Amino acid sequence: MAATGMAPPALPPLDSRAIRADFPIFSTARAKPLFYLDSAATSQKPEAVLQAMDRYYRGYNANIHRGVYGIAEEATAAYEDARRRVATFVNAGPREIVFTRNSTEAINLVAHAWGRVHVRAGDAILLTEMEHHSNLVPWQMLAQERGAELRFIPITGSGELDLEALPGLLGDGRVRLVGVVHISNVLGTINPVEEIARQARAAGAVTLVDASQSVPHCPVDLRALGVDFAAFTSHKMLGPTGIGCLYGRRALLEDMPPFLGGGEMIREVHLTRSEWNELPWKFEAGTMAIAEAVGLGAAVQYLETLGMERVFAHDRELADYTLDRLAEVPGLRVLGPPRGRRAGVVAFTLGDLHPHDIATVLDDEGVCVRAGHHCAMPLHDKLGVHASARASFHAYSLREEVDAMIRGLERARKLFAR
Amino acid sequence: MSAFDDLFRENILDHYRHPRHKGVLEAPDITYEDANPLCGDRIRMDLKVANGTIADIRFSGQGCSISQAAASMLCETVQGKSLEEVKRLGREDVLEMLGIELGPVRLKCGLLALKTLKAGVYGIHQWPGEDEGGEGGKT
Repeated sequence: MAATGMAPPALPPLDSRAIRADFPIFSTARAKPLFYLDSAATSQKPEAVLQAMDRYYRGYNANIHRGVYGIAEEATAAYEDARRRVATFVNAGPREIVFTRNSTEAINLVAHAWGRVHVRAGDAILLTEMEHHSNLVPWQMLAQERGAELRFIPITGSGELDLEALPGLLGDGRVRLVGVVHISNVLGTINPVEEIARQARAAGAVTLVDASQSVPHCPVDLRALGVDFAAFTSHKMLGPTGIGCLYGRRALLEDMPPFLGGGEMIREVHLTRSEWNELPWKFEAGTMAIAEAVGLGAAVQYLETLGMERVFAHDRELADYTLDRLAEVPGLRVLGPPRGRRAGVVAFTLGDLHPHDIATVLDDEGVCVRAGHHCAMPLHDKLGVHASARASFHAYSLREEVDAMIRGLERARKLFAR
Repeated sequence: MSAFDDLFRENILDHYRHPRHKGVLEAPDITYEDANPLCGDRIRMDLKVANGTIADIRFSGQGCSISQAAASMLCETVQGKSLEEVKRLGREDVLEMLGIELGPVRLKCGLLALKTLKAGVYGIHQWPGEDEGGEGGKT
């Protein structure tokens, strides 16, 4: 482990080069170097996560909550221990953390189980113009089914939410749910979720925060944020794919009907009716991703050792460095707020070059960036760009990776000059 | 030659920088527009047809160098050809025009023009060669 022991009062910065040694992908032999700048899409995985999953499969693979034999008890304990770890990590109760497949499934769970009870014809759902498709499409489907209206908090020219519009949007008391992304996966904007949740509550609405880019990168205290629901996913926080989390305030989850029916989510089953299990298992139908839960637990433990304050500071320092270096590239336009008001995500366009072409040249240099609309087509429409390229970071990211990207951008600019 | 040199052979760059048949037609006999959900790129094909033959063709829209070069090359190839000949075009023909190998993501860039052309002419809406096995993608 790269960083160990108790965090001293003044936190030293992360030693990314030492952290990198914990991630096997960076020491895997390959034809060209790997400059990985796509952690907002998915993060790399430390040895500790891979080993935890391997230990489960090799040592105590068994189904959970069923067998009374030794390895089944061991597997159940490991699965529930992962849940407790996640809960502590985001300051929630363990019964308030429901394992899902990913953030998308977590949001769909709320749209189905909560939305179908609480959203009726004439009600409204308030979202923002910078939502990822995962926090947009489930609400479009619900609104269409229920005859509800979708409203949007607009964004300003700097790519931040226009909070002055919020009282007006909430004013008629018809908004049942406010859905807001904590950190934009395109703009890097850090949204004032606490203030939005406060106003939503006063207007009689619940708040769901899409925490997919915040929980993996910065300290998040869900109780302090005052939100009712939160969604985040393991694979962006150094854990495996295939498992994500829904946080729900206990009283809300208790009142909600199940999402999927099947095994594990029931207490008693008769041929024509059933009684639901307790929280959180009421929402975990069928055999869950056990190895992935164990891996997620190990990822959270690893992140705690690094310290989320330090991870966030590192991300932001690299974002600032990237903004400085990008300013040297002619024709380059950065999307989103100025430095100091953004997280570790930097999306940009370069002249009239297509982001696919930028990414292909960068790939030849070994630089991995995302190119496209980053599952945020309405946001790109609003910004007046067709698509963008995006660099994003995590604890293992280095300045030299950003330098490699800058070299590639110069090459792309010359190659595609018309 | 590296994959990169392959991908950006001068041939492709030439069609990207100087696209042939770019634009729209007044009162086309056939017009069709389609998009690649992976990247949101769009291509529109306008055709003038006389006696079952493509008398004129134009493409418009936006996309990466691969999709734009493929559209340009495809228009050059089918101009003057019969609709029957267009019907027989498949993904191998486009790859041959481009002269490169494409991975599953970039393949859709390369095939967008052909998909649009065939959809416009024959109402065939699947990706060329799609029945041979899927390359899915995130939108």
